[in-house]
Amino acid sequence: MTRKAVALISGGLDSLLAAKLIQQQGIEVEGINFFTGFCVEGHTHAIRKHERNRVKRNNALWVAEQLGIKLHIIDIVDEYKDVVINPKHGYGANLNPCLDCKIFMVHKAQEWLKQHDFDFIITGEVIGQRPKSQRKKLMPVVAEKSGADDLLLRPLCARSLPETLPEKEGWVDREKLKDFSGRSRKPQMALAAEFGFEDYAQPAGGCCFLTDQSYSVKLQDLWDNRGERDYELDDIMLLKVGRHIRPSKAFKLIIAREEGENHFLSGYKRQFQTISTVSHAGPLALIEGESLDPQQLELACAIIARYSKGRNADSVELRFSDREQGSRSIHVKPLPATQINPDWVLV
Amino acid sequence: MSPVIELDARRLLCPMPVIRLQDCVEKQDKGVKVRITCTDPGTMSDIPAWCRINGHRVLATEQLEHEYIFLVQKDPDGN
Repeated sequence: MTRKAVALISGGLDSLLAAKLIQQQGIEVEGINFFTGFCVEGHTHAIRKHERNRVKRNNALWVAEQLGIKLHIIDIVDEYKDVVINPKHGYGANLNPCLDCKIFMVHKAQEWLKQHDFDFIITGEVIGQRPKSQRKKLMPVVAEKSGADDLLLRPLCARSLPETLPEKEGWVDREKLKDFSGRSRKPQMALAAEFGFEDYAQPAGGCCFLTDQSYSVKLQDLWDNRGERDYELDDIMLLKVGRHIRPSKAFKLIIAREEGENHFLSGYKRQFQTISTVSHAGPLALIEGESLDPQQLELACAIIARYSKGRNADSVELRFSDREQGSRSIHVKPLPATQINPDWVLV
Repeated sequence: MSPVIELDARRLLCPMPVIRLQDCVEKQDKGVKVRITCTDPGTMSDIPAWCRINGHRVLATEQLEHEYIFLVQKDPDGN
């Protein structure tokens, strides 16, 4: 009887190698990839025109294709909110709830396993690879709290951990698994070379925007100014795009940094009041917040004009658009860079 | 002949267009055709990759200025 394993595929090297090690033992593997809304993918950067030369592939799909396995991409945006907003084990250096995230994903994989009659779960975890979620003493916590218990096998470091069911039952040979540990990538790179894998993803800052300080500052600002810790998918997508400037608690500007972002933000014209430059080339900006009074609107226009080609002009014409009230022209003198309060700029 | 199912995935960033397509195709009978319209240039690699992995066919692709359109057929020989 062929045993079946579901592999958590992030798109990185570790999950690729873990799945390959298990495939080599005659196990049928299928992949599962969770979309939280915070995932860092080349495509997010593809919005920006100057980054369009980057590889735009989805790395999880690429990994699945290298392995010749099916990949199930699952939207967990709504369910994941509770992990981000109320992490039982707290945050890492930023708003990254890494331990709760791992527990949640393994739990979801276990639910999938039951529904699809698979035998065990594999992940690409390596002891000591990540400071929060991959410490040796926390590995049993993930297995226990996710409910997966001994159905959770980590092929890259299994020989340093207690035996799991697939090993006890002889479905997989423990001796053919690895005992990798630490932050060095050399053992993984050597194994990749052994398997003939090239061109695999090497994410520098992990695969989640929540580990990014600037992103976390913007998310915290969103919560602080809404008075509640909640978000919608559009909120967390927009935090990835543009220059975010909050001149007051009443409103925030999301200002495109280049043509690709201009195009992306233009898709939100029906949901937001917008300001764009008319007399000079410049950015499109979304206004997030309450209706602005005339002084606030003038300040918003002066800030946006500062990021246009007319930044040194005496006057710049902009167009304020509101889906319900129509649009009108506004002329302002661009705000000098020295008058943009650094506290307004969310980075 | 069954009609082509239309999916609008404009403004969605990857992998959401792929998820929309995946969730739609799963519910269809084999051989059914789905046309999906996207704006994320990443779909140019992702949707064909997803189809290859799962045995579905990309019958046609079209690239307009800011839109990427794919006509996909669910694996006619699959389950």
